[in-house]
Amino acid sequence: MQCPKCHAQMHTYNRNGIQIEQCSGCRGIFLDYGELESLTRIEAQWTQQAPPAPPAPQAYPAAPAPAWGAPQHHGGHYRHKSFGRMLFSS
Amino acid sequence: MTTAVVRALGALAHRAAHAHPDDPCACPPPTVLADRADGTVVRSGAVVAKAHASGTDTPGLLTRLTLADDPRLTGILLAPLVPHPAAPSAALDGRPVTLWPHGRPVDPGDPDAAPWEEAAALLAGLHRTPAPPSLVLPPMRGPAKAALAVARMRAARPADPATAPVLEAWRRLPAWARDEAAAPARRSRFLCHGDLHLGQLVRHPAPHGPWLLIDVDDAGLGDPAWDLARPAAWYAAGILPPEVWLRFLEAYRAAGGPAVRAEGDPWPELDVPARALTVQTAALAFAKSATEERTPDEVELAMIDACARIASLPPELGARNPS
Repeated sequence: MQCPKCHAQMHTYNRNGIQIEQCSGCRGIFLDYGELESLTRIEAQWTQQAPPAPPAPQAYPAAPAPAWGAPQHHGGHYRHKSFGRMLFSS
Repeated sequence: MTTAVVRALGALAHRAAHAHPDDPCACPPPTVLADRADGTVVRSGAVVAKAHASGTDTPGLLTRLTLADDPRLTGILLAPLVPHPAAPSAALDGRPVTLWPHGRPVDPGDPDAAPWEEAAALLAGLHRTPAPPSLVLPPMRGPAKAALAVARMRAARPADPATAPVLEAWRRLPAWARDEAAAPARRSRFLCHGDLHLGQLVRHPAPHGPWLLIDVDDAGLGDPAWDLARPAAWYAAGILPPEVWLRFLEAYRAAGGPAVRAEGDPWPELDVPARALTVQTAALAFAKSATEERTPDEVELAMIDACARIASLPPELGARNPS
């Protein structure tokens, strides 16, 4: 089989049961009907099987919080000027 | 009216700052440190004069001044220059006036420099000091202030459905936290500040002296967890960073403060007061934003959102500490 782009010879490889043709000249890849979908499906399965990412390291020990506490204790508003006023008022 | 009050306070402070007040002097003009309905504060040189709110409980104020002047609280509470209110005057609308030494406040522009550990240690010292037996101290005014904030919100936004979560979170508090009953006896006999925030600390003598607590207007006997509840509420709402909250909490524990258990989860003690402060802060946010004809900003919304979570708790979680 010849590459449709540069007309060099294409070689057939088998990857996870899918036939892939790769051009020996321009390295382009030719997929038959349905092969892209098969690759996508296999990629998705691989991602699901991958171990979960390790939790982000905590810079401080976890502090107990009440049941009604905010879901995230990031202190994101600490430098907001409105909190600056709140820190200093009754 | 405010200008007359400010001028009268400036004159009082200036007179108190000089042994011979009628001699010529090069004092800078008096400066207004605060001017709100609950207190007008004017400084002249080394002296600060404060006009307390009209309608202040004057006998209660005298007891609180005596407390601040008590040698057992030296190094914790700033002592007044004169341990009794000045004679009421027409220029001051009959508001009681007290005189204090000037101290250097926390820099509002530099929250990282805020003395959280020192504030915690001062509170622990206050809470550990037995109430002077010679004083008949009134209750700490924390719950009363929370109730006033809710009343302010109701007046500023009558029938505004946005306030419903705040009102529901308020309804779920035990009666004592809404100022509708006495606090549980086992936790109600501690000396408390009653209104802790970063504006309640000064270095005295200014500018490098030790930190002291000021403003005894709300001080009295009560549950000491109330004095930790404002930072606790900010932390729970996700505003105050956990590391700052832990610095404050651990410094309080290290100083032997009795408001929370010595180790482990402090929330059984903090839960009710922190919920009350969450409601108070959210209610004031609704009241102030209505007066300023704006919607609550993102920080205020964080406190209002916390009320919504309190209001939606299953009852068994919402009444974790019903006493």
